[in-house]
Amino acid sequence: MASPNPWSLTISEAHRLLVRKQLSAVELTQSVIDRIKHTDSKINSFITVTEESALKSALDADSIIARGEGSLLTGIPFQAKDNICTAGITTTCASKMLENFVPNYDATAITKLKATGSVLLGKGNLDEFAMGSSTENSVFFPTKNPHNFNTVPGGSSGGPAASVSAEQCLFSIGSDTGGSVRQPASFCGVVGLKPTYGRVSRYGLVAFASSLDQIGPLTKNVRDSAFVLEAISGNDPKDSTSNSESVPAYAEYLDGDVKGLKIGVPKEYFVDEMDSDVACAVRSSIKTMESLGADISEVSLPHTSHALAVYYIIAPAEASSNLSRYDGVKFGYSHSESTDIWDALEKTRQHGFGPEVKRRILLGTYALSSGYYDAYYLKAQQVRSLIRQDFVNVFKNMDIIIAPSTPTVAFPLGDKISDPVQMYLNDIFTIPANIAGIPAISIPAGLIKDMPIGVQLMGPHHSEKTLLKAAHAYEQAANHGFLKPSIQE
Amino acid sequence: MNLSNDEVKHIASLAKIGMTEEELKLIGAQLSQILEQFQSLNALDTENVETTAHPTSITTVLRNDEITNEKANEDMLDNAPKKEQDFVRVRRVLE
Repeated sequence: MASPNPWSLTISEAHRLLVRKQLSAVELTQSVIDRIKHTDSKINSFITVTEESALKSALDADSIIARGEGSLLTGIPFQAKDNICTAGITTTCASKMLENFVPNYDATAITKLKATGSVLLGKGNLDEFAMGSSTENSVFFPTKNPHNFNTVPGGSSGGPAASVSAEQCLFSIGSDTGGSVRQPASFCGVVGLKPTYGRVSRYGLVAFASSLDQIGPLTKNVRDSAFVLEAISGNDPKDSTSNSESVPAYAEYLDGDVKGLKIGVPKEYFVDEMDSDVACAVRSSIKTMESLGADISEVSLPHTSHALAVYYIIAPAEASSNLSRYDGVKFGYSHSESTDIWDALEKTRQHGFGPEVKRRILLGTYALSSGYYDAYYLKAQQVRSLIRQDFVNVFKNMDIIIAPSTPTVAFPLGDKISDPVQMYLNDIFTIPANIAGIPAISIPAGLIKDMPIGVQLMGPHHSEKTLLKAAHAYEQAANHGFLKPSIQE
Repeated sequence: MNLSNDEVKHIASLAKIGMTEEELKLIGAQLSQILEQFQSLNALDTENVETTAHPTSITTVLRNDEITNEKANEDMLDNAPKKEQDFVRVRRVLE
Protein backbone atom coordinates (compact mmCIF):
# COMPACT_ATOMS: atom_id res chain seq x y z
CA MET A 1 0.00 0.00 0.00
CA ALA A 2 1.33 3.44 -0.91
CA SER A 3 2.02 5.52 2.15
CA PRO A 4 -0.42 8.40 2.63
CA ASN A 5 0.52 11.99 1.86
CA PRO A 6 2.09 13.38 5.05
CA TRP A 7 -0.30 16.38 4.93
CA SER A 8 -3.28 14.05 5.27
CA LEU A 9 -2.16 12.64 8.64
CA THR A 10 -3.69 13.30 12.03
CA ILE A 11 -1.43 14.35 14.91
CA SER A 12 -1.28 10.81 16.37
CA GLU A 13 -0.52 9.25 12.98
CA ALA A 14 2.22 11.78 12.21
CA HIS A 15 3.71 11.39 15.70
CA ARG A 16 3.94 7.63 15.26
CA LEU A 17 5.82 7.98 11.96
CA LEU A 18 8.08 10.71 13.35
CA VAL A 19 9.26 8.71 16.35
CA ARG A 20 9.80 5.61 14.21
CA LYS A 21 11.92 7.78 11.88
CA GLN A 22 9.68 6.80 8.95
CA LEU A 23 9.01 10.46 8.36
CA SER A 24 11.04 13.53 9.27
CA ALA A 25 9.56 16.75 10.57
CA VAL A 26 11.12 18.56 7.60
CA GLU A 27 9.41 16.19 5.14
CA LEU A 28 6.11 16.61 6.96
CA THR A 29 6.38 20.42 7.03
CA GLN A 30 7.44 20.56 3.38
CA SER A 31 4.50 18.38 2.40
CA VAL A 32 2.06 20.67 4.25
CA ILE A 33 3.65 23.80 2.73
CA ASP A 34 3.29 22.27 -0.75
CA ARG A 35 -0.33 21.50 0.06
CA ILE A 36 -0.86 25.16 1.02
CA LYS A 37 0.76 26.28 -2.24
CA HIS A 38 -1.46 23.97 -4.28
CA THR A 39 -4.75 24.74 -2.58
CA ASP A 40 -4.72 28.16 -0.96
CA SER A 41 -5.37 30.15 -4.13
CA LYS A 42 -8.85 28.58 -4.00
CA ILE A 43 -9.44 28.74 -0.25
CA ASN A 44 -7.53 31.78 1.03
CA SER A 45 -7.23 30.54 4.58
CA PHE A 46 -3.75 31.97 5.21
CA ILE A 47 -2.91 35.66 5.60
CA THR A 48 0.79 34.88 6.11
CA VAL A 49 2.79 31.71 5.41
CA THR A 50 6.12 31.55 7.22
CA GLU A 51 7.82 28.93 5.08
CA GLU A 52 11.41 29.71 5.99
CA SER A 53 10.98 29.80 9.76
CA ALA A 54 8.68 26.75 9.60
CA LEU A 55 11.34 24.66 7.89
CA LYS A 56 13.90 25.86 10.42
CA SER A 57 11.63 24.85 13.32
CA ALA A 58 11.07 21.50 11.62
CA LEU A 59 14.82 20.95 11.46
CA ASP A 60 15.06 21.74 15.18
CA ALA A 61 12.20 19.30 15.83
CA ASP A 62 14.09 16.58 13.96
CA SER A 63 17.09 17.00 16.27
CA ILE A 64 14.82 16.87 19.33
CA ILE A 65 13.30 13.62 18.03
CA ALA A 66 16.74 12.23 17.14
CA ARG A 67 17.79 12.76 20.77
CA GLY A 68 14.76 10.72 21.80
CA GLU A 69 13.21 13.74 23.46
CA GLY A 70 10.10 15.68 22.58
CA SER A 71 6.40 15.10 22.97
CA LEU A 72 3.34 14.37 20.89
CA LEU A 73 3.35 17.73 19.17
CA THR A 74 7.07 17.79 18.35
CA GLY A 75 7.45 18.39 14.62
CA ILE A 76 3.69 18.85 14.06
CA PRO A 77 2.90 21.79 11.74
CA PHE A 78 0.13 24.17 12.84
CA GLN A 79 -1.51 27.46 11.97
CA ALA A 80 -2.56 30.21 14.37
CA LYS A 81 -5.41 32.66 13.86
CA ASP A 82 -4.03 36.06 13.01
CA ASN A 83 -5.27 37.70 16.23
CA ILE A 84 -2.82 35.61 18.28
CA CYS A 85 0.50 37.42 18.68
CA THR A 86 3.59 35.85 17.13
CA ALA A 87 7.00 37.43 17.74
CA GLY A 88 8.54 38.79 14.57
CA ILE A 89 5.53 37.77 12.41
CA THR A 90 2.83 40.28 11.48
CA THR A 91 -0.34 39.90 13.53
CA THR A 92 -2.96 41.79 11.56
CA CYS A 93 -6.35 40.84 13.05
CA ALA A 94 -7.37 41.06 9.35
CA SER A 95 -7.59 44.81 9.87
CA LYS A 96 -6.04 47.74 8.07
CA MET A 97 -5.39 49.07 11.58
CA LEU A 98 -2.80 46.34 12.26
CA GLU A 99 -1.78 45.49 8.69
CA ASN A 100 1.91 46.12 9.45
CA PHE A 101 1.95 45.34 13.17
CA VAL A 102 4.82 43.05 14.18
CA PRO A 103 4.58 41.99 17.85
CA ASN A 104 7.85 41.57 19.70
CA TYR A 105 6.43 38.79 21.86
CA ASP A 106 4.53 35.51 21.51
CA ALA A 107 1.11 34.85 23.00
CA THR A 108 1.41 32.32 25.85
CA ALA A 109 -0.43 29.69 23.76
CA ILE A 110 2.23 30.13 21.05
CA THR A 111 5.07 30.00 23.61
CA LYS A 112 3.65 26.74 24.95
CA LEU A 113 3.26 25.21 21.49
CA LYS A 114 6.78 26.26 20.50
CA ALA A 115 8.07 24.66 23.71
CA THR A 116 6.66 21.31 22.52
CA GLY A 117 8.66 21.66 19.29
CA SER A 118 5.60 22.08 17.08
CA VAL A 119 6.03 24.03 13.86
CA LEU A 120 4.25 27.35 13.19
CA LEU A 121 3.28 27.51 9.49
CA GLY A 122 1.65 30.89 9.41
CA LYS A 123 -1.39 32.93 10.32
CA GLY A 124 -5.04 32.20 9.58
CA ASN A 125 -7.65 34.57 8.17
CA LEU A 126 -10.51 35.89 10.32
CA ASP A 127 -13.25 38.46 10.47
CA GLU A 128 -11.64 41.78 11.37
CA PHE A 129 -10.78 41.72 15.10
CA ALA A 130 -12.74 38.41 15.31
CA MET A 131 -16.02 40.24 14.77
CA GLY A 132 -18.20 38.24 12.40
CA SER A 133 -19.55 34.82 11.50
CA SER A 134 -18.39 34.37 7.90
CA THR A 135 -14.77 35.63 7.57
CA GLU A 136 -16.13 38.09 4.98
CA ASN A 137 -15.16 40.95 7.31
CA SER A 138 -11.44 40.34 6.68
CA VAL A 139 -9.87 43.42 5.13
CA PHE A 140 -7.73 41.17 2.90
CA PHE A 141 -10.06 38.58 1.33
CA PRO A 142 -12.88 36.22 2.28
CA THR A 143 -11.95 32.60 3.01
CA LYS A 144 -13.90 29.93 1.10
CA ASN A 145 -15.43 26.79 2.55
CA PRO A 146 -13.33 23.84 1.28
CA HIS A 147 -16.54 21.81 0.81
CA ASN A 148 -18.01 24.38 -1.57
CA PHE A 149 -16.06 27.43 -2.69
CA ASN A 150 -19.25 29.46 -3.11
CA THR A 151 -20.08 29.22 0.58
CA VAL A 152 -18.53 30.79 3.68
CA PRO A 153 -16.34 28.80 6.10
CA GLY A 154 -18.07 30.45 9.05
CA GLY A 155 -16.27 32.80 11.40
CA SER A 156 -14.61 34.42 12.91
CA SER A 157 -12.01 31.57 12.88
CA GLY A 158 -12.82 30.85 9.22
CA GLY A 159 -9.16 30.61 8.20
CA PRO A 160 -8.31 28.07 10.93
CA ALA A 161 -11.40 25.90 10.24
CA ALA A 162 -10.90 25.97 6.45
CA SER A 163 -7.19 25.20 6.70
CA VAL A 164 -7.75 22.17 8.95
CA SER A 165 -10.56 21.02 6.65
CA ALA A 166 -8.40 21.45 3.52
CA GLU A 167 -5.52 19.73 5.35
CA GLN A 168 -3.16 22.69 4.99
CA CYS A 169 -2.04 22.12 8.59
CA LEU A 170 -2.42 19.34 11.13
CA PHE A 171 -4.17 21.67 13.55
CA SER A 172 -4.91 25.32 14.11
CA ILE A 173 -5.69 27.47 17.12
CA GLY A 174 -8.49 30.02 17.00
CA SER A 175 -10.37 32.21 19.44
CA ASP A 176 -14.00 31.86 20.52
CA THR A 177 -15.87 34.87 21.93
CA GLY A 178 -19.40 33.89 20.87
CA GLY A 179 -18.83 30.73 18.84
CA SER A 180 -15.90 31.74 16.64
CA VAL A 181 -14.22 28.32 16.95
CA ARG A 182 -17.33 26.10 17.04
CA GLN A 183 -19.45 27.68 14.30
CA PRO A 184 -16.73 27.50 11.60
CA ALA A 185 -15.80 24.00 12.83
CA SER A 186 -19.42 22.98 12.24
CA PHE A 187 -19.48 24.60 8.77
CA CYS A 188 -16.17 23.01 7.68
CA GLY A 189 -16.59 19.51 9.17
CA VAL A 190 -13.82 19.66 11.79
CA VAL A 191 -13.61 19.47 15.58
CA GLY A 192 -13.63 22.85 17.41
CA LEU A 193 -13.27 23.23 21.17
CA LYS A 194 -13.92 26.28 23.33
CA PRO A 195 -12.36 25.52 26.72
CA THR A 196 -13.63 26.77 30.08
CA TYR A 197 -13.03 30.51 30.46
CA GLY A 198 -9.55 30.90 31.97
CA ARG A 199 -8.34 27.41 30.99
CA VAL A 200 -6.05 28.86 28.30
CA SER A 201 -4.15 32.09 28.90
CA ARG A 202 -5.40 35.06 26.89
CA TYR A 203 -1.99 36.77 27.05
CA GLY A 204 -1.13 37.81 23.51
CA LEU A 205 -4.62 37.19 22.16
CA VAL A 206 -5.68 40.57 20.78
CA ALA A 207 -8.54 41.55 23.08
CA PHE A 208 -12.08 41.70 21.72
CA ALA A 209 -14.40 41.02 24.69
CA SER A 210 -12.22 40.14 27.66
CA SER A 211 -14.87 38.38 29.79
CA LEU A 212 -15.81 36.09 26.88
CA ASP A 213 -12.64 35.50 24.80
CA GLN A 214 -11.00 32.08 24.94
CA ILE A 215 -8.40 30.38 22.72
CA GLY A 216 -9.25 26.87 21.50
CA PRO A 217 -8.03 24.16 19.10
CA LEU A 218 -9.44 23.19 15.68
CA THR A 219 -8.46 19.66 14.73
CA LYS A 220 -9.28 16.73 12.45
CA ASN A 221 -10.52 14.60 15.35
CA VAL A 222 -11.27 14.58 19.06
CA ARG A 223 -8.02 12.89 20.11
CA ASP A 224 -5.99 15.63 18.43
CA SER A 225 -8.15 18.22 20.20
CA ALA A 226 -7.22 16.63 23.54
CA PHE A 227 -3.50 16.77 22.68
CA VAL A 228 -3.59 20.44 21.71
CA LEU A 229 -5.75 21.43 24.69
CA GLU A 230 -3.27 19.84 27.08
CA ALA A 231 -0.38 21.70 25.43
CA ILE A 232 -1.94 25.19 25.55
CA SER A 233 -3.74 25.03 28.93
CA GLY A 234 -2.59 26.14 32.35
CA ASN A 235 -2.16 29.04 34.69
CA ASP A 236 -0.21 32.02 33.41
CA PRO A 237 1.07 34.83 35.64
CA LYS A 238 0.63 37.11 32.61
CA ASP A 239 -3.15 36.58 32.57
CA SER A 240 -4.74 37.14 35.98
CA THR A 241 -7.98 35.52 34.76
CA SER A 242 -6.26 32.25 33.85
CA ASN A 243 -7.06 29.65 36.47
CA SER A 244 -4.75 27.36 38.34
CA GLU A 245 -6.62 24.04 38.02
CA SER A 246 -4.14 21.28 37.17
CA VAL A 247 -3.96 20.23 33.51
CA PRO A 248 -4.71 16.53 33.01
CA ALA A 249 -3.42 14.47 30.07
CA TYR A 250 -6.85 14.73 28.45
CA ALA A 251 -6.17 12.07 25.81
CA GLU A 252 -5.68 9.43 28.50
CA TYR A 253 -9.33 9.73 29.48
CA LEU A 254 -10.85 9.35 26.01
CA ASP A 255 -11.38 5.62 25.95
CA GLY A 256 -14.02 3.70 27.84
CA ASP A 257 -17.76 3.71 27.54
CA VAL A 258 -20.29 6.42 28.25
CA LYS A 259 -22.87 4.10 29.86
CA GLY A 260 -24.94 6.02 32.36
CA LEU A 261 -23.58 9.41 31.30
CA LYS A 262 -26.43 11.81 31.94
CA ILE A 263 -27.02 13.98 28.85
CA GLY A 264 -29.57 16.78 28.78
CA VAL A 265 -31.32 17.91 25.61
CA PRO A 266 -32.36 21.57 26.05
CA LYS A 267 -35.78 22.06 24.47
CA GLU A 268 -35.06 25.76 23.83
CA TYR A 269 -32.37 24.80 21.29
CA PHE A 270 -34.86 23.29 18.88
CA VAL A 271 -36.29 26.54 17.57
CA ASP A 272 -38.22 27.57 14.46
CA GLU A 273 -35.20 29.29 12.91
CA MET A 274 -33.43 25.94 12.75
CA ASP A 275 -33.21 24.13 9.45
CA SER A 276 -35.22 20.87 9.67
CA ASP A 277 -32.33 18.83 8.22
CA VAL A 278 -30.08 20.20 10.97
CA ALA A 279 -32.64 19.27 13.63
CA CYS A 280 -32.77 15.80 12.11
CA ALA A 281 -28.95 15.44 12.19
CA VAL A 282 -28.84 16.49 15.85
CA ARG A 283 -31.69 14.13 16.77
CA SER A 284 -29.77 11.34 15.11
CA SER A 285 -26.62 12.21 17.11
CA ILE A 286 -28.71 12.04 20.28
CA LYS A 287 -29.91 8.55 19.26
CA THR A 288 -26.28 7.52 18.73
CA MET A 289 -25.39 8.62 22.27
CA GLU A 290 -28.43 6.78 23.60
CA SER A 291 -27.40 3.60 21.77
CA LEU A 292 -24.03 3.87 23.54
CA GLY A 293 -25.82 3.69 26.88
CA ALA A 294 -26.06 7.37 27.79
CA ASP A 295 -29.14 8.49 29.77
CA ILE A 296 -30.92 11.10 27.68
CA SER A 297 -33.48 13.49 29.19
CA GLU A 298 -35.07 16.71 28.09
CA VAL A 299 -33.98 19.75 30.11
CA SER A 300 -34.83 23.44 30.09
CA LEU A 301 -32.56 26.48 29.85
CA PRO A 302 -35.39 29.01 30.02
CA HIS A 303 -33.38 32.19 29.33
CA THR A 304 -31.72 30.91 26.14
CA SER A 305 -33.70 33.19 23.84
CA HIS A 306 -32.20 36.24 25.60
CA ALA A 307 -28.58 35.15 25.15
CA LEU A 308 -28.16 36.83 21.77
CA ALA A 309 -29.27 40.23 23.07
CA VAL A 310 -27.08 39.89 26.18
CA TYR A 311 -24.09 39.00 24.02
CA TYR A 312 -24.58 41.83 21.54
CA ILE A 313 -24.62 44.31 24.43
CA ILE A 314 -21.77 42.91 26.54
CA ALA A 315 -19.33 41.99 23.72
CA PRO A 316 -19.56 45.37 21.92
CA ALA A 317 -19.37 47.21 25.27
CA GLU A 318 -16.12 45.42 26.14
CA ALA A 319 -14.88 45.84 22.56
CA SER A 320 -15.52 49.58 22.57
CA SER A 321 -13.26 49.84 25.59
CA ASN A 322 -10.60 47.39 24.34
CA LEU A 323 -10.37 48.95 20.90
CA SER A 324 -9.93 52.47 22.24
CA ARG A 325 -6.18 51.74 22.22
CA TYR A 326 -6.07 52.07 18.43
CA ASP A 327 -5.28 55.75 18.22
CA GLY A 328 -2.54 55.83 15.59
CA VAL A 329 0.08 57.01 18.08
CA LYS A 330 2.17 54.12 19.40
CA PHE A 331 1.47 51.43 16.79
CA GLY A 332 -0.84 50.55 13.95
CA TYR A 333 -2.37 52.59 11.14
CA SER A 334 -2.09 56.34 11.50
CA HIS A 335 -3.85 58.87 9.31
CA SER A 336 -1.05 61.15 8.22
CA GLU A 337 -2.80 64.05 6.53
CA SER A 338 -3.76 65.80 9.69
CA THR A 339 -1.89 67.92 12.18
CA ASP A 340 -4.69 68.40 14.67
CA ILE A 341 -4.63 65.60 17.28
CA TRP A 342 -8.41 65.06 17.51
CA ASP A 343 -8.92 65.12 13.78
CA ALA A 344 -6.07 62.63 13.34
CA LEU A 345 -7.62 60.33 15.94
CA GLU A 346 -11.05 60.38 14.28
CA LYS A 347 -9.63 59.88 10.79
CA THR A 348 -7.29 57.08 11.93
CA ARG A 349 -10.26 55.17 13.33
CA GLN A 350 -12.52 56.07 10.40
CA HIS A 351 -10.09 54.65 7.82
CA GLY A 352 -8.38 51.99 9.95
CA PHE A 353 -11.51 50.05 11.02
CA GLY A 354 -13.97 48.25 8.73
CA PRO A 355 -17.78 48.58 8.90
CA GLU A 356 -18.54 45.74 11.35
CA VAL A 357 -15.88 46.86 13.83
CA LYS A 358 -17.21 50.42 13.72
CA ARG A 359 -20.77 49.15 14.15
CA ARG A 360 -19.80 47.22 17.28
CA ILE A 361 -17.72 50.02 18.77
CA LEU A 362 -20.66 52.41 18.33
CA LEU A 363 -23.11 49.87 19.72
CA GLY A 364 -20.90 49.34 22.77
CA THR A 365 -20.29 53.04 23.22
CA TYR A 366 -24.04 53.62 23.17
CA ALA A 367 -24.75 50.83 25.68
CA LEU A 368 -22.17 52.29 28.07
CA SER A 369 -23.08 55.94 27.56
CA SER A 370 -24.66 58.19 30.15
CA GLY A 371 -28.41 57.64 30.32
CA TYR A 372 -28.35 54.20 28.66
CA TYR A 373 -25.93 52.29 30.91
CA ASP A 374 -28.64 50.96 33.24
CA ALA A 375 -31.08 50.08 30.47
CA TYR A 376 -28.57 48.16 28.38
CA TYR A 377 -25.25 47.23 29.99
CA LEU A 378 -26.46 46.73 33.56
CA LYS A 379 -29.58 44.89 32.39
CA ALA A 380 -27.47 42.62 30.16
CA GLN A 381 -25.16 41.78 33.07
CA GLN A 382 -28.16 40.85 35.20
CA VAL A 383 -29.62 38.63 32.49
CA ARG A 384 -26.14 37.13 32.14
CA SER A 385 -26.57 35.91 35.73
CA LEU A 386 -29.91 34.31 34.83
CA ILE A 387 -28.42 32.51 31.83
CA ARG A 388 -25.49 31.32 33.92
CA GLN A 389 -27.89 30.10 36.62
CA ASP A 390 -29.87 28.11 34.00
CA PHE A 391 -26.73 26.06 33.35
CA VAL A 392 -25.94 25.65 37.06
CA ASN A 393 -29.45 24.28 37.60
CA VAL A 394 -29.26 21.82 34.72
CA PHE A 395 -25.79 20.57 35.70
CA LYS A 396 -27.12 19.63 39.15
CA ASN A 397 -28.71 16.63 37.44
CA MET A 398 -26.87 16.31 34.14
CA ASP A 399 -23.23 15.59 33.24
CA ILE A 400 -23.35 17.31 29.88
CA ILE A 401 -25.75 18.92 27.39
CA ILE A 402 -26.13 18.03 23.71
CA ALA A 403 -27.40 20.63 21.23
CA PRO A 404 -26.94 21.87 17.69
CA SER A 405 -23.80 23.94 16.97
CA THR A 406 -25.43 26.10 14.30
CA PRO A 407 -28.98 26.61 13.01
CA THR A 408 -27.98 25.91 9.37
CA VAL A 409 -25.13 24.58 7.25
CA ALA A 410 -22.70 27.04 5.60
CA PHE A 411 -24.49 29.77 3.64
CA PRO A 412 -23.46 31.36 0.31
CA LEU A 413 -20.83 34.10 0.26
CA GLY A 414 -22.47 37.52 0.27
CA ASP A 415 -25.78 36.17 1.55
CA LYS A 416 -25.87 37.86 4.97
CA ILE A 417 -23.08 40.41 4.90
CA SER A 418 -25.35 43.42 4.44
CA ASP A 419 -27.80 42.38 7.17
CA PRO A 420 -26.12 42.39 10.60
CA VAL A 421 -29.14 41.01 12.47
CA GLN A 422 -29.35 37.95 10.18
CA MET A 423 -25.60 37.43 10.53
CA TYR A 424 -25.81 37.62 14.35
CA LEU A 425 -28.45 34.86 14.41
CA ASN A 426 -25.75 32.37 13.36
CA ASP A 427 -24.44 32.45 16.90
CA ILE A 428 -27.63 31.66 18.82
CA PHE A 429 -26.51 28.17 19.89
CA THR A 430 -22.87 28.97 20.62
CA ILE A 431 -23.19 32.25 22.56
CA PRO A 432 -24.65 30.84 25.82
CA ALA A 433 -21.45 28.86 26.58
CA ASN A 434 -19.37 32.06 26.40
CA ILE A 435 -21.83 33.97 28.56
CA ALA A 436 -21.60 31.24 31.22
CA GLY A 437 -17.87 30.60 30.70
CA ILE A 438 -18.44 26.86 30.27
CA PRO A 439 -16.56 24.55 27.86
CA ALA A 440 -18.20 23.40 24.64
CA ILE A 441 -17.11 21.35 21.65
CA SER A 442 -18.48 21.04 18.11
CA ILE A 443 -17.93 17.70 16.39
CA PRO A 444 -18.91 16.66 12.86
CA ALA A 445 -22.39 15.06 12.83
CA GLY A 446 -22.60 14.28 9.12
CA LEU A 447 -23.39 15.93 5.80
CA ILE A 448 -26.55 17.67 4.65
CA LYS A 449 -26.60 17.92 0.85
CA ASP A 450 -22.80 17.50 0.81
CA MET A 451 -22.24 20.23 3.43
CA PRO A 452 -20.97 19.40 6.95
CA ILE A 453 -22.95 20.04 10.11
CA GLY A 454 -21.73 19.82 13.70
CA VAL A 455 -23.29 18.78 16.96
CA GLN A 456 -22.36 20.58 20.18
CA LEU A 457 -21.62 19.21 23.64
CA MET A 458 -21.46 21.57 26.63
CA GLY A 459 -20.47 20.82 30.21
CA PRO A 460 -19.94 22.55 33.56
CA HIS A 461 -16.76 24.54 34.24
CA HIS A 462 -13.65 22.32 33.90
CA SER A 463 -15.52 19.34 32.46
CA GLU A 464 -13.25 19.09 29.38
CA LYS A 465 -12.28 15.53 30.33
CA THR A 466 -15.92 14.39 30.23
CA LEU A 467 -16.73 16.45 27.14
CA LEU A 468 -13.81 15.05 25.16
CA LYS A 469 -14.61 11.51 26.26
CA ALA A 470 -18.25 11.83 25.19
CA ALA A 471 -17.23 13.52 21.92
CA HIS A 472 -14.73 10.74 21.25
CA ALA A 473 -17.33 8.03 21.95
CA TYR A 474 -19.71 9.74 19.52
CA GLU A 475 -17.01 10.12 16.89
CA GLN A 476 -16.14 6.41 17.10
CA ALA A 477 -19.79 5.30 16.97
CA ALA A 478 -20.84 7.69 14.20
CA ASN A 479 -17.85 6.43 12.29
CA HIS A 480 -17.61 9.27 9.78
CA GLY A 481 -14.83 11.10 11.65
CA PHE A 482 -13.33 14.05 9.88
CA LEU A 483 -15.50 15.06 6.91
CA LYS A 484 -12.92 15.48 4.16
CA PRO A 485 -13.73 17.79 1.29
CA SER A 486 -12.61 16.75 -2.17
CA ILE A 487 -10.18 19.39 -3.36
CA GLN A 488 -8.38 19.08 -6.67
CA GLU A 489 -4.83 20.35 -6.24
CA MET B 1 -36.25 52.34 18.75
CA ASN B 2 -34.99 54.89 16.26
CA LEU B 3 -31.74 56.76 16.76
CA SER B 4 -31.70 60.29 15.38
CA ASN B 5 -28.88 61.50 13.21
CA ASP B 6 -27.69 63.73 16.05
CA GLU B 7 -27.64 60.80 18.47
CA VAL B 8 -25.53 58.73 16.09
CA LYS B 9 -23.20 61.71 15.58
CA HIS B 10 -22.86 62.04 19.36
CA ILE B 11 -22.01 58.33 19.80
CA ALA B 12 -19.47 58.52 16.96
CA SER B 13 -17.83 61.53 18.58
CA LEU B 14 -17.66 59.70 21.94
CA ALA B 15 -16.05 56.72 20.16
CA LYS B 16 -13.75 59.07 18.22
CA ILE B 17 -14.68 57.62 14.86
CA GLY B 18 -15.02 60.00 11.95
CA MET B 19 -18.04 59.39 9.74
CA THR B 20 -19.45 60.75 6.51
CA GLU B 21 -23.13 61.81 6.40
CA GLU B 22 -23.85 58.69 4.36
CA GLU B 23 -22.15 56.40 6.91
CA LEU B 24 -24.04 58.07 9.74
CA LYS B 25 -27.35 57.40 8.01
CA LEU B 26 -26.60 53.75 7.24
CA ILE B 27 -25.13 52.93 10.64
CA GLY B 28 -27.97 54.80 12.37
CA ALA B 29 -30.52 52.59 10.64
CA GLN B 30 -28.54 49.44 11.42
CA LEU B 31 -28.01 50.34 15.08
CA SER B 32 -31.72 51.12 15.46
CA GLN B 33 -32.57 47.71 14.04
CA ILE B 34 -30.10 45.98 16.39
CA LEU B 35 -31.33 47.93 19.45
CA GLU B 36 -34.86 46.82 18.58
CA GLN B 37 -33.73 43.23 19.17
CA PHE B 38 -32.62 44.16 22.69
CA GLN B 39 -36.12 45.23 23.76
CA SER B 40 -36.98 41.62 24.65
CA LEU B 41 -34.78 41.98 27.75
CA ASN B 42 -37.25 44.47 29.20
CA ALA B 43 -39.77 41.66 29.62
CA LEU B 44 -37.52 40.06 32.27
CA ASP B 45 -37.84 41.02 35.91
CA THR B 46 -34.29 41.56 37.13
CA GLU B 47 -35.20 43.57 40.22
CA ASN B 48 -33.08 41.58 42.70
CA VAL B 49 -30.70 39.88 40.29
CA GLU B 50 -26.98 40.40 40.84
CA THR B 51 -24.84 41.35 37.87
CA THR B 52 -22.28 39.00 36.34
CA ALA B 53 -19.22 40.85 35.07
CA HIS B 54 -17.22 37.69 34.84
CA PRO B 55 -18.23 34.07 34.15
CA THR B 56 -15.95 32.37 36.66
CA SER B 57 -15.11 33.20 40.22
CA ILE B 58 -11.81 35.01 40.00
CA THR B 59 -9.92 36.84 42.66
CA THR B 60 -7.44 39.67 42.53
CA VAL B 61 -3.96 38.37 41.80
CA LEU B 62 -1.10 40.25 43.42
CA ARG B 63 2.61 40.00 42.69
CA ASN B 64 5.73 41.98 43.33
CA ASP B 65 6.39 44.75 40.86
CA GLU B 66 9.51 43.28 39.33
CA ILE B 67 10.77 43.66 35.80
CA THR B 68 10.75 40.24 34.16
CA ASN B 69 10.80 41.09 30.47
CA GLU B 70 13.81 42.08 28.42
CA LYS B 71 14.18 45.59 27.20
CA ALA B 72 12.52 45.81 23.79
CA ASN B 73 12.46 49.54 23.09
CA GLU B 74 13.69 49.19 19.53
CA ASP B 75 11.15 46.53 18.57
CA MET B 76 8.37 48.58 20.13
CA LEU B 77 9.51 51.76 18.40
CA ASP B 78 9.58 49.91 15.07
CA ASN B 79 5.79 49.75 15.30
CA ALA B 80 5.38 53.49 15.99
CA PRO B 81 3.98 55.50 13.07
CA LYS B 82 6.32 58.41 13.90
CA LYS B 83 9.43 58.36 16.02
CA GLU B 84 12.36 60.57 16.89
CA GLN B 85 15.47 59.22 18.60
CA ASP B 86 14.19 56.90 21.34
CA PHE B 87 10.74 58.43 21.46
CA VAL B 88 7.35 58.10 19.85
CA ARG B 89 6.58 61.37 18.14
CA VAL B 90 3.05 62.65 18.79
CA ARG B 91 1.07 65.47 17.29
CA ARG B 92 0.90 68.85 18.98
CA VAL B 93 -1.37 68.66 22.04
CA LEU B 94 -1.27 72.31 23.15
CA GLU B 95 -2.05 75.21 20.86
